[in-house]
Amino acid sequence: MNKISFNYSKLLLPGILLAILVVLATLPLYGSNYSIVLLTSIIMYVILTVSWALFSGSTGYISLATAAFFGVGIYTSAILGRTFTASILANEYFVVFIVIIGGLISACLAFIVGAITLRLRGIYFAIFTFGLVELIKNLLLWYEVKFTGTRGRFVVVIGNETIYYVILGILLLLLLVTYFIRRSRYGLALESIGEHEEAAAHIGINVTMVKVIIFAISAVFVGMTGSIMAMRWTYIDPYISFDPNLTFLPVLMAIFGGTRQMYGPIIGAVVFAYLEEILLTRFPYYYMLIFGIVLAATILYLPNGLVGVVQKIIARLAGGKHAHSRG
Amino acid sequence: MHILEGERVTKYFGGLAAVSEVSFQVDPGEVVGLIGPNGAGKTTLFNLISASLVPNSGVIRFKGKNITGMAPYHICRMGIGRTFQTVKIFPNLSVMENVRIGALFGCGGRISATEATRKAEELLEFVGLPQVSSTPAGSLTFANQKKLEVARALATQPEVLLLDEIMAGLNQTEIGQAMELVNRIRQSGVTIVMIEHVMKAIMNICDRIMVLHHGRKIAEGTPSEIAKSETVIEIYLGEANAAG
Amino acid sequence: MLTSILDVLIAGLLLGGLYALIAMGLSLQYGVARVFNISHGEFIMLGGMATLTLFTVFKINPLIAIVICGPITFVLGYIIHRTFFRHLLTSLPIFGEITILCTLFLWTVFRILADYNYVRLNQFAALAICLVIAIILDFALNRTAFRRIHESRVAAGVFESTSMLFSFGLMFIIKNIAFIGWGPSIRSYSFLQQPVSIAGALFGMNRLVTLGFSILIGLAFYFFLTRTRIGKAIRAAASDPTVAQLMGVNINQVLALCFGLGAAMAGIAGVLISMCYPVNANMGIEYTIIAIIVVALGGLGSIPGSFIGGFALGIIGSIVSFFEPGLALVAYYFIFGLLLLIRPKGILGK
Repeated sequence: MNKISFNYSKLLLPGILLAILVVLATLPLYGSNYSIVLLTSIIMYVILTVSWALFSGSTGYISLATAAFFGVGIYTSAILGRTFTASILANEYFVVFIVIIGGLISACLAFIVGAITLRLRGIYFAIFTFGLVELIKNLLLWYEVKFTGTRGRFVVVIGNETIYYVILGILLLLLLVTYFIRRSRYGLALESIGEHEEAAAHIGINVTMVKVIIFAISAVFVGMTGSIMAMRWTYIDPYISFDPNLTFLPVLMAIFGGTRQMYGPIIGAVVFAYLEEILLTRFPYYYMLIFGIVLAATILYLPNGLVGVVQKIIARLAGGKHAHSRG
Repeated sequence: MHILEGERVTKYFGGLAAVSEVSFQVDPGEVVGLIGPNGAGKTTLFNLISASLVPNSGVIRFKGKNITGMAPYHICRMGIGRTFQTVKIFPNLSVMENVRIGALFGCGGRISATEATRKAEELLEFVGLPQVSSTPAGSLTFANQKKLEVARALATQPEVLLLDEIMAGLNQTEIGQAMELVNRIRQSGVTIVMIEHVMKAIMNICDRIMVLHHGRKIAEGTPSEIAKSETVIEIYLGEANAAG
Repeated sequence: MLTSILDVLIAGLLLGGLYALIAMGLSLQYGVARVFNISHGEFIMLGGMATLTLFTVFKINPLIAIVICGPITFVLGYIIHRTFFRHLLTSLPIFGEITILCTLFLWTVFRILADYNYVRLNQFAALAICLVIAIILDFALNRTAFRRIHESRVAAGVFESTSMLFSFGLMFIIKNIAFIGWGPSIRSYSFLQQPVSIAGALFGMNRLVTLGFSILIGLAFYFFLTRTRIGKAIRAAASDPTVAQLMGVNINQVLALCFGLGAAMAGIAGVLISMCYPVNANMGIEYTIIAIIVVALGGLGSIPGSFIGGFALGIIGSIVSFFEPGLALVAYYFIFGLLLLIRPKGILGK
């Protein structure tokens, strides 16, 4: 019974995923401009949430640095965009180039942070990453006031459709990378670290290295997303770029969805990103308040998130049928 | 040449010496027993060898090479496997994956996924756990979790295997099975160092026994020598009798 | 030159007193109750904003506000620990938590619907209705679904991460209630601002009052821990919860007490902060970061370490600000990073 339902879901999920991707890819052909903007923002949250869960979901090391990597991406994009003129930017390959650079710089930052903190207990990692976004914000503010004399800078803006396709590309890449990491020996290593780090080290896993590298990989996608999203705003400054909420929201979304499965964070992100779209502009504080309440309730009552509940119900239904057929 | 040796190995916790100036040699193919009362420093010595802890002074050599201060994963890949006093399997991974992961990461070189699976199946069979390979490891019985941990350690292809109380908490039948397993591991050519409180097992299996007390090595010899030693009877067996 | 050095040092001490107070509260919550409380700064914000309201609306002296805000934040922290964190610790739902969460949720939904004009109801009536529904739900769940759940202590490592994530949720809840109540504007009031001269340098009276109170509370707390029965129970619980329980310490009570005391210290720190600096509903996170760095600097969970670490960081901050005003936080971080590389245990860590 167990085996049958396993195979079934194995076929079903990639199928659904493929169908969704086809719809998403063709959306600009028939969708409204609003739907593209809305989906861009939802996809952004999905990327941030899935990247967070890629590392933190399996290892249990709670990263609070998402906003920092995102901000680094934004600034990379702003600086490079200014350096090259708008005419070059019209070339879409160049946009992709900037996005890749943004991702790589974020990964370097993650690598350094990981090398300092991931040798230590998880709590130090959480503490260190918690303040990272404020640190970079403060450094940039100081630099801008002292050396350029102005706060913030203008970004070269490109079309919504280009942004949409690039961000969809990042999402696709992320999902592929996550899928293959989870299936590979490194995915197994990550899970073993989450379950018993000491035992993992004693069966030959270079635990620090695995953690640092996967953390850096997860930062690539956050940085890339920051780089492309920057091109949607005309003006950015350290306060806009390094918004701590972009750390908190993905964590909450992932936990709400459930981190044990790959699609848990996706569902969490879609639900809340959509809710944000409805509520944020009119009720910013109520939206955040609901967020806090839902997070609190999830941690208290649904330790495996929404997906955990669904799985439990499915297991119970399947188990019930099984018992019935046997009886 | 000794396969594993320690020279005046010392470890302090705060001001207390948990292991004090302990020297030891293990020859290839031997089964060495490590006994002593609780708190004698046996597990600490294992932790020092497998690099969970770094000694304050002293040198540990493996096949003549100084391995003091190396990282745990490195020690494992060189050929020293271990189990833990309190079972540390990966409860949410399947039984199969628990062993496969040892095979994938524990050997020095790279090994393909199919090869790792094949080896894991072989080892599960070897320790007597073949039929349960897809269930999560956390749902196994205690005795089977201990077997699984041995299989996982063996998957890393150790030349020396450190077994930390694999028989504690087992019933008489299970102890018999475990003893038989240790013998088979030895026949496969792996050198074994084992901490054990089950005297029957120690006396039957080991070629040589070391006795630790308050972090010092107070005696060493064949099982029959140890059984006759006045000091050992006094501090160790005497205590066991008093307790029992 | 000499006066400017003295200037910087005294300013550092004044800042350090606040840091020490904030960090001691967090240290108590982490060291004993094992909650790495990310919402710590929100209690500071509550203290600050409440004092501002008391002063500007009710004309209540901020020094008296200490006596009001301290106990209120204490009770708040105590209740939060007795319900939510105890649930996370023992995996047993506790009557009251659904009431709190559900009331908040329903009230939020009501406010949103009211804004769209779907519902027309007096606010207080609505709140009462929400409360009644929540209590009924709480009661029903506790009589049915929750009855089958058995108490089981959660592993320390698991509790450390779930409690930290929960404090996240708490941060969102408290902060946004404050935003709804007080709005986002940055406000300040003037109180005891007459200058006092120390060794030629001029300082506001309010700054000196805050330093005095920080030291006073620090010392009072030290004596509370070392001399009183409850204090000894707290220390026993901090070093070994299981043994403390065997010795007859009501561990749940002590943990809740510690969490409450930590929250009270944050609340009082908030009162003191509002005397010197402008406050707003968004101020919490900045102080949380500082508290976290001080706590790590002093050694995770070491209360004397936090006290010393607070003053150390205050003086460093003051020196750095003297040369480059924008770089204080960057300097704290730099020290933090260095600490993690050299001595992760912190100054007084074991």
